[in-house]
Amino acid sequence: MTAAIQLQGVTKNFGRTEIIKGVNLTIDRGERHAIIGPNGAGKSTLFHLISSRFPVTAGQIFLKGEEVTGLRPFEINRKGLSRSFQVTNIFHNLSVFENLRCAVLWSLGYKYSFWHRLAGLKDAHHRAEQVMEDIGLSRRHETPAGILSYAEQRALEIGITIASGADVILLDEPTAGMSKSETEDAVALIRRVTEGKTLVMVEHDMGVVFGLADRISVLVYGEIIATGTPEEIRASVAVKEAYLGTSVDHD
Amino acid sequence: MISTFFRRDRLLLWGGMLLVGILLPRFSSSGLMISLLCQIGIMMIFALSYNVLLGQTGLLSFGHAIYYGAGAFATMHLLNAIGKEGSVVHVALLPLGGGVAALLLGILLGWVTTKKAGTTFAMISLGIGEMVAASSLMFPVVFGGEAGVSGNRVIDKIGLFGVTFGPQVQVYYLIVAWVFVAAMGMFALTQTPLGRMANAVRDNPERAEFVGYNTQWVRYIMLVLSGFFAGIAGGLTALTYEIVTAETLNAYTSGAVLLMTFVGGIGFFYGPMIGAILIVIMQILVGGITHAWQLYFGLLFLFMVLRAPGGFASLIAIQRRLYAAGLFGRVAPWYLVSGIPGALMLVGLIGLIEMTYAALSDEEGEGAIATIKLLGEDYALNTFGPWLAAAAVTLAGYALLQLANRRLFREWNGALATLQGDND
Amino acid sequence: MSNLEFILVTLLNGVTYGLLLFMLSSGLTLIFSMMGVLNFAHASFYMLGAYFAYQISTWVGFWPGLLVAPLLVGAIGALVERYGLRAAHRYGHVAELLFTFGLAFFMEEIVHLIWGRNSVDYRIPDELDGTLFTLFSTDFPIYKGFMMGISVAMLVALYVMLTRTRVGLIIQAALTKPDMVEALGHNVPRIFMLVFGGGSALAGLAGVIGGNAFVTEPGMAAAVGSIVFVVVVVGGLGSLGGAFVASILLGCIQTFSIAMTVSLSDIFALVGISLDKTPSISRLTITQLAPILPYLLMVAILIFRPRGLMGARES
Repeated sequence: MTAAIQLQGVTKNFGRTEIIKGVNLTIDRGERHAIIGPNGAGKSTLFHLISSRFPVTAGQIFLKGEEVTGLRPFEINRKGLSRSFQVTNIFHNLSVFENLRCAVLWSLGYKYSFWHRLAGLKDAHHRAEQVMEDIGLSRRHETPAGILSYAEQRALEIGITIASGADVILLDEPTAGMSKSETEDAVALIRRVTEGKTLVMVEHDMGVVFGLADRISVLVYGEIIATGTPEEIRASVAVKEAYLGTSVDHD
Repeated sequence: MISTFFRRDRLLLWGGMLLVGILLPRFSSSGLMISLLCQIGIMMIFALSYNVLLGQTGLLSFGHAIYYGAGAFATMHLLNAIGKEGSVVHVALLPLGGGVAALLLGILLGWVTTKKAGTTFAMISLGIGEMVAASSLMFPVVFGGEAGVSGNRVIDKIGLFGVTFGPQVQVYYLIVAWVFVAAMGMFALTQTPLGRMANAVRDNPERAEFVGYNTQWVRYIMLVLSGFFAGIAGGLTALTYEIVTAETLNAYTSGAVLLMTFVGGIGFFYGPMIGAILIVIMQILVGGITHAWQLYFGLLFLFMVLRAPGGFASLIAIQRRLYAAGLFGRVAPWYLVSGIPGALMLVGLIGLIEMTYAALSDEEGEGAIATIKLLGEDYALNTFGPWLAAAAVTLAGYALLQLANRRLFREWNGALATLQGDND
Repeated sequence: MSNLEFILVTLLNGVTYGLLLFMLSSGLTLIFSMMGVLNFAHASFYMLGAYFAYQISTWVGFWPGLLVAPLLVGAIGALVERYGLRAAHRYGHVAELLFTFGLAFFMEEIVHLIWGRNSVDYRIPDELDGTLFTLFSTDFPIYKGFMMGISVAMLVALYVMLTRTRVGLIIQAALTKPDMVEALGHNVPRIFMLVFGGGSALAGLAGVIGGNAFVTEPGMAAAVGSIVFVVVVVGGLGSLGGAFVASILLGCIQTFSIAMTVSLSDIFALVGISLDKTPSISRLTITQLAPILPYLLMVAILIFRPRGLMGARES
């Protein structure tokens, strides 16, 4: 069976600065994989490369065995990869329900249709309702996304990401800026909605990382210095050196 | 339960509109009134089509008139082509041909203009608009040069049930029918997957790409559809005036539809229709009284951009919400209190502008002393008196308005806070 | 007139016009890259400059107007930024664009109100009326030379201001990182006002020297405005260098195309293809095509090089 995501020598330069330096990484199907590392290590950049928000400078990216290097974001999304953003990225003027319905339309095959009546699309309606329930926003059905609370917007962000039913999910700091109890809810939510899917996440909260991840990769200065199970990472000398040599991030 | 209620509500609204449209000529069938109503109907379709771009997709176009003009010219040529063999049915359907012509133009040009959104789109739409307007003068065979292309809409002297489209009022009913069909079509578009994704692309194009949509395609298809409806409006212009000149597709017409749509309100489906009514009335009625109407129009537009960017539709919507919450009574008296000094200020300002026009216009010939007529009296403008009076009225109105507004805004904010509190 | 003479003379005229375009497009570019606002009313300031200079020239002559008119226009620009644009800014970029659009409309109406709908008689001063030099058999007027001189002087002044002065460096920094500059304690809103006022003054100056070289009429803003937009798109949004290259390029394209009377069928005839039977389109001369050439160039750039000639940022 082919890997869910495979990176080969992925490199990214901004001007003359090399941010990602030839990353090789294989993430198996159904795996929950966390990417950790100090600030500025290039974790978010790596996500942007995988989801094609930025083009790679060199290297290749494979999604479920198929090369996707250089595709446009919507093309990668249609191949079953969906992502969330560190800075909440939702449709602010649309209601919670409409946000989710927009997220399912393509995958249900409605594409650019102007000959279907939205209200008549039972499947889109049910799927959006179901995701809304999953993320616990049912009572916010008609609320414009822009006036939700921060934690609710983060939940909606995850909801939009998973709504299409993509089987490879990328979450960029899903619990950033959340309180302790909000984080616990978010972890439970992530666990629930990514059941049976491949999950890759960037996360600063080590509690979340070690609680959720099957395997962890440590990214330092654009290079992966270690990949392994939580136990292996905990025990790794290289990781300790990297974290002691720089500053450990606890936020 | 709630959704069925709204459906009936909506049905009543559409039916009511149609009824009003049909009955209006019964109240006043003067020539001016009928041509005013015709123009309003045409502009309603045009402005609605513009809002498919601006309000729904977030595309600010400075060159939408090319689609309107394409529809007008195509319809005119079709009309001349069917000449003697056509029937009234053909004539009634001609605007559809205009729509198709505009749709084809949209397919051709839209591919370039919709490559980008935002500011770049605005600039490119302007450039493409100028290009089409400039080329129209190069091909007199198609566009008729300075004189334009004219035709005769009465190609069937007997007509079906006596309808020949000879009398203007018959064209008016044709316009009502087309407004109804086009408005329904555009409203239906808002209720489709593409229509909703257009909103999504407007709000956050990046996110739309990450849920599987090519934003350029969304913009492109929306532009093509919007062009189609603009073309229908253009077709109706051709039938109404029986002449089409290059002005229908130039920057001035593009600007006018933008102003109209915005003043009406881009956030609501019916906003552009309100804009069309207001602006056409201003154009024809106010324009008949004073040369300065465009100046007033510009002032109104700037005022709206800075003070009420949601347009008249949003002002109405807020009143409706206040009314529904039983709070309208709380603010209504203060509207009146603010309205009086507001009107005073407006009178003073209009006086100043009109006097400037009168004093600077050279219509009277060199050396004549400009005068202004007020309540049947002539006042000479080479004295300070009238200027001082108008300035004083303006300033007094302004000062009193500031005073009154303080209270109005307090009441208003209070009412809005209560309203939001109820919703939470 | 020999070919060489024709080319040289037209080139000189093209560069003169191109430099004038750059006085407009540089201000527009600076305002756009600093504030993210595409100032639709920019060409209206050009028009105001011309009308002010005309008015002043009827009272006290051309020379005082050369100084006073741009300053007046700049002051109006600064006021517009402070009391109009800043308020519109709260509602986002579309509102800002709409505001400047409404402003352009409004200013045209004001010009109608004060100076009427016809062109005004704004003349080249007598001192500058005459021949500067004769190239082969064509006289090159003093005034064209004067326009070139003023444009180049402004260009140098702008360059020195941006690279050598403190405020210029802050403007350069604010171009890329407005938040950072504000954090350093510089009053960014005031710099915005300055840049907007300065850009308007530059446009006003272009109006002062362009208004009498061409024609001063209410339609001049719309006519030049769309060309300046083309310049900015072709050069690349937010690139001063691109705006310069595109200004000169468009200036030359326009002057050459207006001066050339060959038709498309003549061109095809040169390579042996006869287009006699084809209708009107091939009989059009380059001169007749002149008004659409800039836009065709813009479309070509958009298709083949969407970032513009020297644009750094996409969109």
